[in-house]
Amino acid sequence: MYHASNTMAQNSTNIPFWRDTRVLKVLFQILFLLGVFLLAGILYANMLKGLESRGLNLKLDFLRNEAGFDVSDSVVEYASSDTYLKSFYVGVLNTVRVSLVGILCATVLGLFFGIARLSTNWLVRNIAATYIEIFRNVPLLLQIVFWFTVFGSLPAANNSIELFNAVYINNRSIHFPSLQQTAGFSSWVGYLYAAAILAIISVFVLALIFYRKHAERMKEGDDNRYFMHISRAAKWSAVPVFLIVAIIGWFFAPESPFVLVRPEFQRFNVVGGIRFSASFISLLIGLSVYTSAFIAEVVRSGIQAVSKGQREAARAVGLSTGQTLRLIVLPQAVPIIIPPLTSQYLNLAKNSSLAAAAGYDDLFRIGKTIMTQAGKEIPVFAMIMVNYLTMSLTTSAAMNWYNSWVNRIKR
Amino acid sequence: MNENTTNDPIIICEDVHKWFDDFHVLKGITTTFKKGERAVICGPSGSGKSTFIRTINRLEEHQRGTIIVDGIELSNDLRNINLIRQEVGMVFQQFNLFPHLSNLKNITLGPMKVRKLSKRKAEEEALALLERMGIADQAYKYPSEVSGGQQQRVAIARALAMEPKIMLFDEPTSALDPEMISEVLDVMRELAHSGMTMLVVTHEMGFAREVADRVMFFDEGVVVEEAAPADFFDNPQHDRTKLFISQTLQH
Amino acid sequence: MEEQVDIQQIKPPTYAKGPVGWLRENLFSPWYNAILTCVALLFLYFVFKGLLTWAFTEAEWNVIPANLQLFAIGPYPRDQVYRIWICLYILSVLLGLSAGVWRGIVQRWTIVVGSILLVFLVIPFEIVQREDSHLVSIEFRFNLIWLIFESRRWLLGDVALLIGAFFLGQRITRLRPWILGGWVLSFPIIMFVLHGFGENAVQTSMWGGLLLTLILAVFGIVVSFPLGVFLALCRQSKLPAIKWVSTFYIETVRGVPLITILFMGSVLIPIFIPYFTIDQVLRMMVAITLFSAAYMAENVRGGLQAIPRGQHEAAQAVGLNYVQSMMFIVLPQALRSVIPAIVGQFIALFKDTSLVYIIGLIDLFGVAKSIITNPVWLGRHVEVYIFIALIYFSFCYAMSKASQEIEADLGVGKH
Repeated sequence: MYHASNTMAQNSTNIPFWRDTRVLKVLFQILFLLGVFLLAGILYANMLKGLESRGLNLKLDFLRNEAGFDVSDSVVEYASSDTYLKSFYVGVLNTVRVSLVGILCATVLGLFFGIARLSTNWLVRNIAATYIEIFRNVPLLLQIVFWFTVFGSLPAANNSIELFNAVYINNRSIHFPSLQQTAGFSSWVGYLYAAAILAIISVFVLALIFYRKHAERMKEGDDNRYFMHISRAAKWSAVPVFLIVAIIGWFFAPESPFVLVRPEFQRFNVVGGIRFSASFISLLIGLSVYTSAFIAEVVRSGIQAVSKGQREAARAVGLSTGQTLRLIVLPQAVPIIIPPLTSQYLNLAKNSSLAAAAGYDDLFRIGKTIMTQAGKEIPVFAMIMVNYLTMSLTTSAAMNWYNSWVNRIKR
Repeated sequence: MNENTTNDPIIICEDVHKWFDDFHVLKGITTTFKKGERAVICGPSGSGKSTFIRTINRLEEHQRGTIIVDGIELSNDLRNINLIRQEVGMVFQQFNLFPHLSNLKNITLGPMKVRKLSKRKAEEEALALLERMGIADQAYKYPSEVSGGQQQRVAIARALAMEPKIMLFDEPTSALDPEMISEVLDVMRELAHSGMTMLVVTHEMGFAREVADRVMFFDEGVVVEEAAPADFFDNPQHDRTKLFISQTLQH
Repeated sequence: MEEQVDIQQIKPPTYAKGPVGWLRENLFSPWYNAILTCVALLFLYFVFKGLLTWAFTEAEWNVIPANLQLFAIGPYPRDQVYRIWICLYILSVLLGLSAGVWRGIVQRWTIVVGSILLVFLVIPFEIVQREDSHLVSIEFRFNLIWLIFESRRWLLGDVALLIGAFFLGQRITRLRPWILGGWVLSFPIIMFVLHGFGENAVQTSMWGGLLLTLILAVFGIVVSFPLGVFLALCRQSKLPAIKWVSTFYIETVRGVPLITILFMGSVLIPIFIPYFTIDQVLRMMVAITLFSAAYMAENVRGGLQAIPRGQHEAAQAVGLNYVQSMMFIVLPQALRSVIPAIVGQFIALFKDTSLVYIIGLIDLFGVAKSIITNPVWLGRHVEVYIFIALIYFSFCYAMSKASQEIEADLGVGKH
């Protein structure tokens, strides 16, 4: 037998390399990479030549120079005498701020309209459908500009619209009441610590009580370990104990820890409270409304994706409509909804780069300003790209991790 | 031994090993199939029987040992792989017909693209094959429009259209409704009598007893027992084999 | 025997519901639905009251008809407009033929397009434009008919061609491969006709309005298609180097906003490719294509992943090599199943082309912006925005409806 194989087979060690799949695979990849690197190399050489002819370089030391421009909305202290780096940092913070608030608003709106889209009420269902169709079929840029224009047509600051004596709206900004810490705040924090400690103690004590009780009624072979009772105890005692102590602390503090500061109308302007600029608000409305239309569709299709068989089985077991939704449909819909939801969040964050249309100083707009002022297109451009990429890639990495986690649970 | 079987070996396997990651699927299979031989391979699921016949047309790569098919060693040689694929036809459990092509085009695709036949010649041959399978009237329908048994017969015709010397069947009747199994087995029986070398992975013990020259029993990646069907079914040697036969024949 | 006959004759019970029954079931059935209905009605009342009051009392709509041509084609030279009509004629013939040959969805949507054209044929925009004229005079009425005919004769020809081609297509069904070829060729031909050559050439910098928006979106999808298929195949490859390069490209492009890519096209292409000057519109086309290719690749990859492994194996077993099995087995199935996703991507791209305004092109949105800054139309922001929103909406909504129909159609006949 062995003999036969030797005579019949072609000698396997002597395959010419152009037919050997192993060699071909490696060769093919090397050629491909060579092509890619060649292309990149040509572009890089061109770039260097172009920069040289214009007397520019790729160094980043210009970032320490004075920026010399103002930024309209800034969460941190910033003046035009600060460095370019600081102004860029302000831009990053602004992008993060509008994205986070936008995601929050878009989720709330999207959930609302997504569920309304499935309502049994014909009118509600169709209003939701109309909302979704209108706002996802009109370009976001147009929507942002539209809201900004609408804002601009509101009365000027000295004629601000006043709502409930607490909110002021004019063509440049919205003012909300804010909470301000007082001297009493620090002593209240002391009570909060105490509340936390008490809550933890109460959990352990309650768990001990449960343990004793369970031990009395225990049958042969029953598992009774102390830590089994902790989660049940926590459910019953942790939050109430914490809240009660915190509230008591509020009254025992020498001074109310927070005061509500209402915006006030003084002379020509509104002062106090939290101020949001018209730019921020119109960008925020644009982003959240646009994204909410997509989120609504994600929610709707996620809920509908839970098969009819699951609903029927739940009804067959005797669960009510509400129980079916809460115990059967939602737990299955949420894992379906989360991946596309995350990609909508990412879209919102990326779309916040349209901030310039509302005059909001986000990462991209400030980057562009720096580019034109410092004449440093490529380095600043790289910085912008790296920022957006970091945001996207970390989110999608988290998403992949979540997906594999969910899939592992399913098995 | 049937009248067609010769003494020329056509497939030679020596110490064939295969791993899926860490899982050792094939643990040193050594065997020879002769030209015209009909071998039935059985065994519990996960025993490596499907993997084994898939290594023979290199849908799976073996990682140790040698496989020689009709004088051609299966190695990384690109030309050899292409040659083997033309000499070995395969029929799958799930038919794997191309859903976007009509039954006729499913059959003519290979001959036209690989054997470089003209469209007319390929269609002539295909229609003849469909005739032989007893489904000539289904030629211009799409796979989704015919029954499972008919689909599997189209799949057999598709494999035969390449004029292979060896036919591999990977559980050809497992995905079929009971009433359609016999129409496929009939075609396979006819094929067996025509002298085709056939390796059949199947649980159809009646078919094995009737048609096979040899029955091989796989378990946990090794050939536990191989014998002529009469010996295999009536006088199994190993406990594992006895258990398997009694379980299979129960239903 | 008698019993059997009886069983066959039993009709399903009918519930006479009527409008009241419908209302009760859909609006007031459990008590909370009645409350919801009331709240919704109140909401609708205020929205419509506000909107309608504004639209009929405050808004001044004459900014729209006065600038219709600007919206449509931007600064494209007026004496060269016939070229746009030629392009529309080409498209109408192709559309009419396709509708005649393929029927089904194509026919339905061609009828929609045809009826929209017919509506445009009879709407008298000119009246609004000439409000000062005396509508009563017979002479004017005659003039008006002439005027409408004068400005509509191109459109009239277009509708005629569409209908003619439709009936031609119905007769001669063997035209199929020619029509497909026609669609493929139509794009370069149209680009050529629009641009022209020699003295009368219309530089791309003069392209604008809805025309530019459509060209950018169509260009982006058409050219990114082969690129996207290539990238998707690379990403699915078993060879690590090819897979990782492609994955790197796709994820990078998808990880950054479109505006940065457009900006890169605008600012960095001249630095990276200094050999010749590429004008702004062309640079935007390149940037949009590079952007769109990454998304196209992901869509196509979704289709590829949906193809069962058995299809690859069967193709191998029949003896097809990699290229053949992709060409004849995998791609035809995969691409078919991703058509709805590609339409979705086209919709997104169509909306996103509005960003080229930020780079300085005069697309539909850019035209709107430029009209607003014109002192003649001072303060007509909202009217203009609502009008172009309506245009964007109609296109996107129609396409998404079409895509839903295609999806349903693909689900039914799965071969």
